[in-house]
This record gives sequence, structure tokens and C-alpha cells, in this order.
Amino acid sequence: MSNLAVLPIVIPLLAGILLAFVHKKTILVRNLAKIFTLGNTAVVAAVFYQVYQNGTIILETGGWQAPYGIVLVADLFAITLVLTTNIIGLACVFYAPKSLSAKQESFYFYTFYFLLITGVSGAFLTGDLFNLFVFFEVLLMASYALIVLGGEKVQLRESIKYVLVNLFSSILFVTTISFLYSVVGTVNMAQIAQRVQEVDQRGILTTIGILLFFVFGTKAALFPLYYWLPKPYIVPNPVVSALFGALLTKVGVYSIIRVFTLIFIHETSITHEMFIWIAGFTLVFGTIGALSTNNIKLIVAYNIIPAIGFMIMGVGIFNETAISGAIYYLVNDMIIKAALFLLVGAVTYLAGTSDLRKMSGLINQYPLLGWLLFISAFVLAGIPPFSGFIGKLLILQGGMEAEEITIVIIGLLASLLILYSVMKIFLRGFWGQKDESIKVDKKAANHFTIPIAFLMFFSVLLGIGAELFYPVVEDITNDLMNPDIYIDSVLKE
Amino acid sequence: MTRTNDLILRTATSLLAFILFGFSIYLFFAGHSSPGGGFIGGLMTAAAIVLMYMAYGYDTMEKVIPVNFRMLTPAGLLIAVTTGIGSFIFGQPFLSHTFTYVHLPVLGEMELATAVLFDLGVYLTVVGITMTIILSIAEDR
Repeated sequence: MSNLAVLPIVIPLLAGILLAFVHKKTILVRNLAKIFTLGNTAVVAAVFYQVYQNGTIILETGGWQAPYGIVLVADLFAITLVLTTNIIGLACVFYAPKSLSAKQESFYFYTFYFLLITGVSGAFLTGDLFNLFVFFEVLLMASYALIVLGGEKVQLRESIKYVLVNLFSSILFVTTISFLYSVVGTVNMAQIAQRVQEVDQRGILTTIGILLFFVFGTKAALFPLYYWLPKPYIVPNPVVSALFGALLTKVGVYSIIRVFTLIFIHETSITHEMFIWIAGFTLVFGTIGALSTNNIKLIVAYNIIPAIGFMIMGVGIFNETAISGAIYYLVNDMIIKAALFLLVGAVTYLAGTSDLRKMSGLINQYPLLGWLLFISAFVLAGIPPFSGFIGKLLILQGGMEAEEITIVIIGLLASLLILYSVMKIFLRGFWGQKDESIKVDKKAANHFTIPIAFLMFFSVLLGIGAELFYPVVEDITNDLMNPDIYIDSVLKE
Repeated sequence: MTRTNDLILRTATSLLAFILFGFSIYLFFAGHSSPGGGFIGGLMTAAAIVLMYMAYGYDTMEKVIPVNFRMLTPAGLLIAVTTGIGSFIFGQPFLSHTFTYVHLPVLGEMELATAVLFDLGVYLTVVGITMTIILSIAEDR
């Protein structure tokens, strides 16, 4: 018993509720939100340290024993992602005041922001499939509210798409859980894993596994199911886009990694072989999308998709090297996508347009933003000293070990094109003729730059200090590759 | 527009709203050992208030129940979360509940459980959300 595991869920929930009482007093709410986020990040860091030192923390809520009650499992993998979530939340909450209008802030922005963090942290920490669904709904409800915040015409149109697709995939999720419950008779993940192991994953269980994959694939925007993602992600405010791009799809990826390293691992020739194919298509179609447009927001939104492809490729290859690569890439990608969305948000605000053909020479006015974008392009593509490199290297190395040459080549080519798509923003937007019509707003630029630089600091640290972080990734991989560790720690046998 | 005479509706409402409200309170407390609970109780209360709103209009309803329903939702959530966190003080896992038997003068032996407080949070949240939805749609602003 340790209540530490529930603190990353309860603190933001409480913060969101308290801020709803005083939502009209903008300045008070803004400062309280900063304090709460700082406090929560500190607490999560402490919990992370505790887990790293003493191993997994299990909380049986209400004092009911593991398979009967709801368990929260703060293992190293989950708590690392919760910590990353909070670092991104910290940057977003400091970025928000300038980016949002006072009216948007007073209409419960911070309440929904904290509920989103609650849902994401809960989804990472839960050890129960139905609770995973509930936390998915918590974060989706908050995201529905955030996507329409402001109420512009285009936001309303895109939110209808977004809500419909997510509603449909949630229905499929409940249906799949009910199938699984009727077969194995439990929703506790550790016990499901145990029972699937006992019957050696017969045909029906593989079918259910693939259904679950499609549920999470819709949330994570994989190849045939990604069509809903790009547009709805660029219509809300940049800070909301950053939260979405960094967190929502990654919860889907986390669920896929969790379910397909813990439960459905006995028929890898069917399921994981399929993942590699889907990852290949995701890489190809995502990069085509990113190359096809001149809208800087859309370029970044399309870049989410190949990154998901890389992670699923890591899961599909399913050996230790590839899994640790996928984890490294997941953490790196959460941070860099948040930074990129905040960057293009700042560029759009300062240049007054998101069309690449209408801007040029921004580097004259805003050198720091320009070089941050330059570094982030390198991180995203995986140029050696930066963090994207290590994740990709490990995934591709795992692919070579498993002799999946085709997918490795696709991955390498996709990296090249990703670099081109982001460098296009730098070359056309920041270089070139100085555009005199662009207003110089140093104060706003500084305000935007600090949170972005904060995120880039972590991103660069993750690359340069790889030696420091690699033991953590190794421990996580070890936990994931041996599901018995998870099962035993939850069921205590 | 001529004012219609809705004497029958209003007279019936002043009686029915109270019966509905009483029944919702009964459902709320019955939840532990028979069908009912915070959710259905909250919906019934909201139904009683909506009936009052339809018969008498917004101003009268606000005079009878001077509550900002928008604040009721976070209040209910706060109560529910606090009952969960309360177990921290006693060194118990999150959301642990306890109960005790007390002897009350008129009612006799009664079981008091902290789960009721959680249910109260659910009740207030449901009333708050239902009323916020209905009033926001009904008011043309």
C-alpha cells in the first residue's frame, strides 16, 4: 500500500476543481495554475525517484486486493511518461497566457488543462483495462472542450470530425473489453495476462488482441486510421495543439506497448508481423503528408504520424534493442512535438500567417526562435548528437537483428524526408529576404521563447546525456520483456 | 402574445415538485441497500427543478433555489475527491471507506458510512451538470 501512486492523478484533478470556482479572476487563476503545475511536477519527480530506487509502487485503492479492486501500478515505464507529461504541461502553462485571449482563459481553460493532465496520468498509471477506458474518456472529454475553446467556425467543423471518430473508437473499446471479459472473466491487466498465458492465446484471444490494436491505433493515428488527425490538431490554440500533439496520440502508443508486451505475446507471428507492415505504411503516408503542404502547422501535425510509425515499428520488431529504442523515441518525441507545436504557434503569432509562402527573413528579427527551430529539426530527424538519433538507431538496429531489411530502409528514407519537411520551414520562413511588414514584438517573442527553450533543453539533454538516461530505459525494457515481473508485482504470488 | 392561463399546471407543480424532491432524497439515501444512489437521485432532483422552471419561469425558480448551478458541479467533485483523499490522514489507501453504527434518539440504531459523502458529491455533480446543460440551452444569450 502506498498512496504515492495516486498523487499524480489526484493533484491535477483537485487543481482543476479548485480553479473552476474562481475561473473569472484571470490573473489569480493563471498564477494558481503555475503554482499547482510546479508542485505537481515536483511531486511526480519525487515519486519517480522513489520508483527508480525501490521498484514498482502498487496501490490497491480502497484496500481491496489486486484482482478484485482497482490497482494503480506505478512501474518505471508509467512514471517516466507521467514525468514527461508534467514537464510538457509546465512549458504549456507558462506559454498559455500570451497565446490565449483573456476570454478563453476565463472560460475554464486551466480547469480543462488540468483534467487533461489527470486523464493522461491516469491512463499511464492504471493497471485495469476498464479504468484505462475511463481515463481515456476523461482526457478525451477535456480535449473536446479544449478543441472548441474560442468557438471559431473552423474549430466547430473540425471538432465534429474529432468527436465522431473518438466516440466511435471508444464504442469499439468498450465492445472489445466486453469480449475480453466474457473470455477471460477479468479486467485486471495482470490477471488477464496470466489467464491468456494459461490457455496459450487461442484464436479468439488473438482476434480480440487485434481489435484492441485497432482501438488504440485509432487513438494513436496509425496508417489506415490516421485520416482524422492533422486538421483537428491545427485548429485550436497553439498551446492546445502542443498538448494534443505531445500527449494524446502517445497515450495510444503507450497502450499498444503495454498490451502487446504484457498480454498478447504468444502469437507474435500474426500480431507483431502485422504491426511492422502497418508501421511501414504509417511512415510512408505520414511523410507524404508532411511534404505536401505549405502550412507550417500542418507540417508539424503530419510529422506526428511517422513518429508513431517508428514506435510501432519498435513494438513490431519486438526484441530488446527495438523495444528500448521505441521507449527512448517515445519520450523524446513527446517533448520535441510539444516544442515544435509551440514553435510554429509562436511563428504564426509573430508573422501573422501560417502560410510558408507569405513569410521570409524572420531570422533577422527573431534569431533565437530561428535557431531553436533549426535544432528541433535536427532532433526530429535524428542527427547524431541529439536525442532522436539514439531512439531511431536502436529501433533500426533491432530491425537489422530481426532481419527486417525493408522496414529499416523505409525508416531511413522517411527520416531524410522528415528532415526536409521541417528544414523547409527554416529555409523559407527564416532565411531569405527580410520582410519589413512583420511587426517586431520582442516582449511576446521572449515570452514564447522561454518555455520552448525549456523543452529544447530537456530534448538536447536527452541526447547528450544519453549515458545518464540509458540505465532507466534498460530497466524499463527489462520489465517489459519479462511480463512475469509485472504480473508477480501486482498479484503478489 | 397573449398570456395563457396555466393555473392548473402551476398548482400541480407546487405540489408535485415537492413530492419529486422528497422521492429523490429517498432514492439518494436508499442507494446502499436497494436500487438508487447519487446518480438517479441527482437526476430526479434536477427533474423537480426543471418542472418548477417550466411552470414558473427562471426568476421564480432562482428565488426559490438561490444556487448557482455552475458552481454546484465543482463543489460536488470537490466533496467526492476529498472523501478519497480523507483516507490519507488515517494512513489508508486512496478511496478507502469506513462505517460505524450510532444510536440516534428518534431513528434508533443507524449505520453511517463515509460512502454516503462520496455519493453526496456524485449527487451534487449530477444536479449541477443537468441544470447547467438545460439552463444554458434554454436561455437565449
